[in-house]
Amino acid sequence: MKKMSYEPVIGLEVHVQMATDSKIFCTCSNKFGSEPNTNVCPVCLGMPGVLPVLNEKVVEYTVKAGLALNCQIRTKSVFARKNYFYPDLPKAYQISQYELPICEHGYIDIELEDGTQKRIGITRIHIEEDAGKLNHEDGYSLVDLNRTGTPLMEIVSEPDLRSAEEAKAYLTKLKTILEYVEVSDCNMEEGSMRCDANVSIRPDSNAPFGTRAEIKNVNSFRNVERAIKHEQKRQEKVLSEGGKVVQETRLFNADTGTTASMRGKEDAHDYRYFPDPDLVPIVLEDKFINDLKEWMPELPDAKRARFISEYGLPGIDADFLVSVKAYAEYFEQAVKAHNNPKGVCNWVMGELMRRLNDKQCTIFEAGITPEHLAEVVKLIDEGKISGNIAKQVFDESAETGKKPSAIVEEKGLVQNSNEDELENIVRQVLEANPAETERFKNGEAKLQGFFMGQIMKASKGKANPGIVAPILKKLTS
Amino acid sequence: MLGYTLKQLSEALQKKEFSSAELTQFYLDRIQKYDGEIAAYNFVNENVLTQAKAVDERRAKGEALPAYAGIPMALKDLIIQKDMPATCSSRILEGFVPPFQGTAAQLLEDAGFLCLGKLSMDEFAMGSSNETAYYKKTKNPWDTTRVPGGSSGGSAAAVAAGLTTFALGSDTGGSIRQPASLCGITGMKPTYGRVSRFGLIAFASSLDQIGPMTATIQDNAAVLSVIGKYDKKDSTSLDVAQEDYTKYLTGDVKGMKIGVPREYFAEGITAEVRECVNNAIKAYEAMGCEIVDISMPHTEYAVATYYIIATAEASSNLGRYDGIRFGYRAEADSLKDMFYETRSQGFGDEVKRRIMLGTYVLSAGYYDAYYIKAQKVRTLIKQDFVDAFEKVDAIICPTSPTTAFKAGEKMSDPLQMYLSDINTISLNLYGGCGLSMPCGFGSDGMPIGVQLLGKYFDEGRLYNLAYAFEQQAKLPVMPEKLK
Ligand SMILES: [Zn+2]
Repeated sequence: MKKMSYEPVIGLEVHVQMATDSKIFCTCSNKFGSEPNTNVCPVCLGMPGVLPVLNEKVVEYTVKAGLALNCQIRTKSVFARKNYFYPDLPKAYQISQYELPICEHGYIDIELEDGTQKRIGITRIHIEEDAGKLNHEDGYSLVDLNRTGTPLMEIVSEPDLRSAEEAKAYLTKLKTILEYVEVSDCNMEEGSMRCDANVSIRPDSNAPFGTRAEIKNVNSFRNVERAIKHEQKRQEKVLSEGGKVVQETRLFNADTGTTASMRGKEDAHDYRYFPDPDLVPIVLEDKFINDLKEWMPELPDAKRARFISEYGLPGIDADFLVSVKAYAEYFEQAVKAHNNPKGVCNWVMGELMRRLNDKQCTIFEAGITPEHLAEVVKLIDEGKISGNIAKQVFDESAETGKKPSAIVEEKGLVQNSNEDELENIVRQVLEANPAETERFKNGEAKLQGFFMGQIMKASKGKANPGIVAPILKKLTS
Repeated sequence: MLGYTLKQLSEALQKKEFSSAELTQFYLDRIQKYDGEIAAYNFVNENVLTQAKAVDERRAKGEALPAYAGIPMALKDLIIQKDMPATCSSRILEGFVPPFQGTAAQLLEDAGFLCLGKLSMDEFAMGSSNETAYYKKTKNPWDTTRVPGGSSGGSAAAVAAGLTTFALGSDTGGSIRQPASLCGITGMKPTYGRVSRFGLIAFASSLDQIGPMTATIQDNAAVLSVIGKYDKKDSTSLDVAQEDYTKYLTGDVKGMKIGVPREYFAEGITAEVRECVNNAIKAYEAMGCEIVDISMPHTEYAVATYYIIATAEASSNLGRYDGIRFGYRAEADSLKDMFYETRSQGFGDEVKRRIMLGTYVLSAGYYDAYYIKAQKVRTLIKQDFVDAFEKVDAIICPTSPTTAFKAGEKMSDPLQMYLSDINTISLNLYGGCGLSMPCGFGSDGMPIGVQLLGKYFDEGRLYNLAYAFEQQAKLPVMPEKLK
């Protein structure tokens, strides 16, 4: 019997922690990693008698995100209360937006594996406050309320995603865009980006949507992919055994790579949403929105297109450079100093990335300025140093901060392009290796590399390979 | 010292006719003497005398002091005064001492006032007789077998019995005006947004407003002038200029148009209340006011609308009392049981009733039928006021349909109790200002109150009207036996 195949239908709800200085409804610090219950005040502790006052930065950040994600911005939005009991939720309600969210009807374009573009709809972006955290230890549960009142935006996608890979591409793109508009550091380890995935399956793309399960709080791109894949398989198994998928909330276990039921329908929540009477509606003036439109930086898609047309870069290189805003900035600064876009790009993608990995630092902390990297490329282009020497110069410039040209001069690393001197060196190498010379002359082409290596060694790496190669050919033919 | 206005007290202190310590001791003595029977105070501030002495020392040194330096007052027990217990007369807030200062208390402190203590109230301001209080069920000073009204019953009784110079109360559906009426004093519910709610423990956020409860109109205007200030800590506070309301106390009300809404004189109003209020209306006519019959057609829906909106908000506002971080906590084996037991033991019947009602009207499937419908009716009720204020400058009507009833009389019938606020509730739904002042006495010897309602931020006009009447009526503000 032919195995039935199913198509998954996936929608994502992404919670993004906004990188504001203070919390959403009070002036407490929004910094991550402080001692428990130190970044708190009566307002974010939900004490009796206190009132929330909206941090206007939160509105600004959300509108920036909305504009970057092609959303319509609502000029009048309201806050609602989402009521439920939980020990880390001080007021027993979360202030969120419900019926009138601040942004709606946006989209992101993602690239599929076959190179085609797909548009993923964004249903809404709304503002809400985070709850606290419970630390379970020695049979006690300790409440840390530092995180309560952290401003979040919840970005809800349409159920337009059709595979775990698409979900990952969507998340990656989303993260990049949010970094571009500087509203979040999108750090999943620190919980500043969290994802709930709604997954259902159906027999084919014309069938109605199946019953969905919601997988809560997945905290890395890789785990989102794993969780969706597992959930897809689980639901396929349920259906193939003649069962029914039930609507429920499931938790992903990163150790086992599986999902497990968290709560079933029997205690489904009724959040009793209603407009928060303590907060007046957010009313945005056209000028506020227009100013933010003016402010909007060039976004990844536009930047990618420009990098291809302006610098003649291959698509894959452009993809890499725009994937992190700082890479693109670094690249453009370097190209300004030395106009060899492809050369600069190769060095950014190669040596510079290797260094970032080794040092676990950001691109601007790597020690080598865009101007210095540009100079390394320039020295190669001018034939002054070889590629090998260049790596040495690059490392030294990064360690010491010295100009690459100064390092080359100081250490006498200038490439040797003197034909007479080089012919001498080649003769010496051939004479020192008579057997290999004989075999090379007889057509053993793979010895080319051996001889080049020996010549480089003899010249202390300074021999210009472009000049050495024809000499070697001349002397062995 | 009894019977002095705040202005007179301020002058006497400045002239050193008596010291702040003497004045404060005078009130502490009266509390000692009478509060056993009146039961108005939930908490008396032990440090107040020391604070008064400190003011006297500063005065002796010739320091520049604020106008009301060293004058004692008291607060309803849901208004937060830093480092003093705030119980809302509920077991669930047992032991809760707020570590921060409320705005109203801060403004009073800045003006020089000293806090004598916290006054009993209906639990979480839910009630009209002060009988839902967990700690102390306050008595009416005019007749201690009767209720003082509610929910600011402790505040009203303390002022009427001379156990404080004045008190702050809060009014969600009449909770300042109704007890003021029943205790024969003056109570003002200011315009929503006039007084900051930061530091007011919420009952129903879109309706609650702090206001002064005083022996005289002049004191009332003076206190509102202090606390009626825009506050950035309350998003619903409105950024309008602070006013000196005492400048409205001219006695001249000629040409003012006063509306008499027929719906406010309907069934349930006793004949003597009706007659007493009608006499007040005649007095205004005699003072040169134009009396206009008006109609406010949606008044009959006000009580139902109010109980939907107020309980919905209350059910949410009271969620935070879960035993986790402050107040009373019941012992239990599991978290869920702890929540359950804490709230079961911590809240009284009326509060539970309203939480359940509020939870019901907000729940999925009923939200549109109740909450949304109520919001729509609220808009109609607001429109009644807007229409009325196009024709008249202020509205006059009875505050409470009856004089103070006997303790226990209505406790078993919540609906009957809710109807005692029938004439005060609509104003909270609209958000304007309203003042109740005494206008006479019933055959039972109990005070009768008349209410003046005004549009947004028109408190000055109400004070103007009220003062003119007060000057004419010259009613006693305190029972003879307590003098
Ligand atoms: Zn805070």
